[in-house]
Amino acid sequence: MTAAEPEAHVALEDVRVAFGPRVVFDRLDCRFPRGRISVLMGGSGSGKSTILRLIGGLVRPARGRVWVAGEDVTQLTERGLNRVRRRLGMLFQGSALFDSLTVAENVALPLRERRELSRAEIAAEVKRRLGDVGLEDAGELMPGQLSGGMQRRAGLARAIVSSPEILLCDEPFSGLDPLNVRRIEALLVDLNRRYGHTLIVTSHHIPSTRRMAQQVVFVRDGVAVVGTPAELEKGADRGIAEFFRAEEDEEVPAASVRGGGA
Amino acid sequence: MRVRAVEAVGARSLAFVNELGRMTSFAGHILRTLVTRRPRPARVVQEIYDVGVLSLLIVCGSGLAVGAVLGLQGYNTLVRFGAAESLGAVVGLSLVRELGPVLTGLLVTGRAGSAMAAEIGTMVATEQLDGLRMMAVDPVDLVVTPKAIAMIFVMPLLSCLFILAAIFGGYLVGVVLLGVDGGNYLTSLETAVDFDNDVAGSLLKALVFGVLVGLIATFRGYTSAPTSAGVSRATTSTVVVASVSILVFDYFITALWGM
Repeated sequence: MTAAEPEAHVALEDVRVAFGPRVVFDRLDCRFPRGRISVLMGGSGSGKSTILRLIGGLVRPARGRVWVAGEDVTQLTERGLNRVRRRLGMLFQGSALFDSLTVAENVALPLRERRELSRAEIAAEVKRRLGDVGLEDAGELMPGQLSGGMQRRAGLARAIVSSPEILLCDEPFSGLDPLNVRRIEALLVDLNRRYGHTLIVTSHHIPSTRRMAQQVVFVRDGVAVVGTPAELEKGADRGIAEFFRAEEDEEVPAASVRGGGA
Repeated sequence: MRVRAVEAVGARSLAFVNELGRMTSFAGHILRTLVTRRPRPARVVQEIYDVGVLSLLIVCGSGLAVGAVLGLQGYNTLVRFGAAESLGAVVGLSLVRELGPVLTGLLVTGRAGSAMAAEIGTMVATEQLDGLRMMAVDPVDLVVTPKAIAMIFVMPLLSCLFILAAIFGGYLVGVVLLGVDGGNYLTSLETAVDFDNDVAGSLLKALVFGVLVGLIATFRGYTSAPTSAGVSRATTSTVVVASVSILVFDYFITALWGM
C-alpha cells in the first residue's frame, strides 16, 4: 500500500500463504475501499476465509503485507495486533458465541473487557445493538436456545457492539433459509449506511451478492479478480461468469471453480 | 532397517522435547497473565465449582470404598500377628502418604481434567478462542488461567476429603463390622501420622498433581486440532499423560521428601 491510495481501508500486497505443502495464495493482491461493501467470492477452498483471518491477524502470511487502517498487521506484535483488532469486528461462520454465556452477556463481552464504559452504559449499548439485529427479547436466552439465523444475528450484534470501523463477515448466509438471508443482508446494508462500516463479506450466495455488493473480489487460483457483480457476471472470464450463473442451475461446474476454491 | 528405527526414535525424541518446550512456554504465558492481568475472581470461583464441587461425590464415594477395602485387607493381615489394634495406623499412613493424593489426582484427571481439555478443545474447534482474539482479549487470560488456578487450588482440598472419607470407610469396616476398638483405631492413626512429614508431604503432592493436571489439560485443549477428532485426541491424551505424570512425579516427590 499505499500511502498513494488512501481510499483503501484494507489492502493485501503480494501475499503468500501456505498450510504445509498446500499453497493457498502465492502472490495475492487485493484492496477493500473504505466505507463500502465488498464481497469475497470463490469456490470452496479458494481461501476466502483465510483472507479474513489475515486481516484479523489470526493467520500470518509467509510473505507480503496486510494493511489494515494504515497499519501493516504482519509486522505487529500481539499487543499491536490488539490495537488494530479494536477497530475490527468479526462475525464467524458458526457465530462463535460462548455457550456458557447468555446472548446479552456474549454481546456485552467486548465492552466489558475494554472497561471503558460503566455497567449501565454497557447494558444500554447491548440493548441498542440487540435491537439493531431484531433480538431485543432474546438477551436472556442461551446461544443453544437460538435458531441458526438468530445465532448469526447475535454474532453480528457482538461484532458491531464496539462500533468497529471494519466489519468482517465469514459466510453470514450459509445454511440459512431465504427469509433469514434477506434479514441478515438487510442488516449488513443498514449497518453500512447508518454507521459507515467498511464491510468485507465472504459469500457463495449470488442473489445477495448482486443486491448488496459494491465490489466483488473473486478469488481463483490464488489470484483476485475485482469488479462490480454486473462487471464480473458479464465479463470476459467465463469461469467467473459461470459461477454467477450456476445459482440458476444450483450447481457450479467443477472446472470453473477448480483451484479457486474456498 | 536399523537406521530407520534409529530415525524413528530420534524423531519421537525431538517431538517430545518440542512438546515440552511448547508446554513450558504455555506455562510461562499463564504465569504472565497471572502477574500482568487483572484478576478474574468470578471466573475462578465458577471453575472451582466445576472442578471441585462437581467432583465431590465421586471423590468422597471412591474414598469411602478405598478406605473400606484397606480396612478389610489391613485387618485380615494384622489379625494374624495380633496387631489388629494398629489398623488405624495402617489405613491412615497408606492414605496420607500415597493413596490419598495419587488416587484423587487420577480421579480428578478422569472427571475434571478430561472435561477441561474437551471444553477448551471445543472452543478451538468452534472458533470461540479466535472470537476472543478478534475482540483483543487474550484467551489464555480469560479461559485458561482461571481453569488452571482452580485445578491447583482444588486438588489439595479434594485430596483431604478423599483421605477423610477413606479413614471413615476404614473405621466402618474395621470398627463397626469387624470389632476393632474405635479408640485404638483413632489413637494408632493419630500416633502414626506425623503432620510435618506425612501431612505436609501429602499436601505438597496434591498441589504438584494439581499443577500437572491443570497444565496438561489446558495445554492439550488449547493446542488441539480444530476438529471433533482433535478434541477427542486432546481428551484422551490428557487422561493418559496426566495419569502417567502423576505416578512418575509421585515417586520423585516421595524420594525427595523422604517419606
